[in-house]
Amino acid sequence: MKYAYYPGCSLKGTGRAYEESLLAVFQALGVSYEELKDWNCCGATSYMSVDELSSYALAARNLALAERENMEIIAPCAACYLVLNKTQHYMHDYPEINNVVTRALGTIGLTWHGQTRVRHPLEILLNEVGVPAIATKVKRPLHGLKVAPYYGCQIVRPYSTFDDQRNPTSMDQLLSACGAKVINYSSKVQCCGASQKGTLPEVGLDRIRRLLLAAKREGAEVIATVCPLCQFNLECFQDETGNAHEPISMPVLYFSQLIAWALGLDAKAVALQRCIVPVQTLLGSKEIVHA
Amino acid sequence: MSLQRRVKFEAETDREFAQWIAHEIGGEKLRECLQCGLCSGNCPLSLYMDHTPRRLMYLAREGFKTEVLSSLSIWLCTSCYECVIDCPKQINITGMMYSLKQRAIKEKFYPRRFPIPVMARQFSRMVRGSGRITESWLVVQVFSRTAIRRLLGMGKLGVRLLRTGRMRLSRDKVERRGDIAKLMDAIQVARKESAA
Repeated sequence: MKYAYYPGCSLKGTGRAYEESLLAVFQALGVSYEELKDWNCCGATSYMSVDELSSYALAARNLALAERENMEIIAPCAACYLVLNKTQHYMHDYPEINNVVTRALGTIGLTWHGQTRVRHPLEILLNEVGVPAIATKVKRPLHGLKVAPYYGCQIVRPYSTFDDQRNPTSMDQLLSACGAKVINYSSKVQCCGASQKGTLPEVGLDRIRRLLLAAKREGAEVIATVCPLCQFNLECFQDETGNAHEPISMPVLYFSQLIAWALGLDAKAVALQRCIVPVQTLLGSKEIVHA
Repeated sequence: MSLQRRVKFEAETDREFAQWIAHEIGGEKLRECLQCGLCSGNCPLSLYMDHTPRRLMYLAREGFKTEVLSSLSIWLCTSCYECVIDCPKQINITGMMYSLKQRAIKEKFYPRRFPIPVMARQFSRMVRGSGRITESWLVVQVFSRTAIRRLLGMGKLGVRLLRTGRMRLSRDKVERRGDIAKLMDAIQVARKESAA
């Protein structure tokens, strides 16, 4: 089965490390994919606050393109994953939305029958590849690296069916298989504040600070994320969140970067050069001590 | 000391607004809300809100239009769906927040230079024109319209993103840009038809 990889806008910009590491991991584990041809922006949450109908039409174009190829979509970005799934649900639940969007798709020669399955990489790795298959391919174990697994909101809520909505464990299992010591992170499904760091900065910063401090106090050495916006928020504002009393320097990686490292993939695939908070030495130290 | 009445009489509320929200996405089951407060208790943003989600839902269904639409709470909602999975009545509270945001934007119920509607507008223009979002361009467009000082303060972050290859300078675009515009036009036509 070949999947339609739907990168979304962030994985071509600030979240490049996610794309680079994830696709390399897919190749190493034999997950077959190709980028959805001529995909467009999913509409994200900001579009929905202005013009909800247009956002469903935008998402539906992607769903229709994948359906035409008879492919399931893999959407790594949390917002894309949510919006594509939400559009499926709303098209099913609200006939008026379905009518309008179907007619709009018709004007550009597309049809959509609601048959496109939208999946997340965590689920593909867990259920299609499987933890044992990953464990046997680990060449450079993470040797007890203390990882806080941070899922954020929109992967697990409200449409996810592959993991628990209050205490998800899919990433925990994958990273444990890579040799990490996954901590019981208290804030694993709490919101990172999304774009509020830009729009209501005091609030956004407070959210980020709480998540980082929790990870630090609970003993994490790195945070693993599944969402480009969570990753950006947690990594890029540490100067502003820390203070002299309690400075913060916490590497924040995509879960796929840690898996790529554990599989022994090359530097380009692990994409550590994209990190702002340095992590090379930390990962290297695990390798030297336990090699 | 002068005391003012803090609660409105029913006659002072806006019945049209109450009926409107009852037919919008997320508002359909507002009447079933038990006022249990699980939504407010679990909302990670409620501690910054003037009206918590529980109170906002009550105000909305009773027609307190001005209080609801001028509340900062609707903009604090990040759509994390915590409230939705907790609600014992399965009310789509996040969906209601979107409906309220749209109405607030339509009727301009927000402070001057407030960045969220500006971001939404710029976002929508960029998608219409290119089919995709180039984050760096969007940030510049939003901040240059709302908080130019903060844009200048972001220089250090900009340099770091450039150095790590995470700031895209060229605009990302779909090939069939005409299709995106056509799609959006068809939605506008449908909306006008349903309004007529």
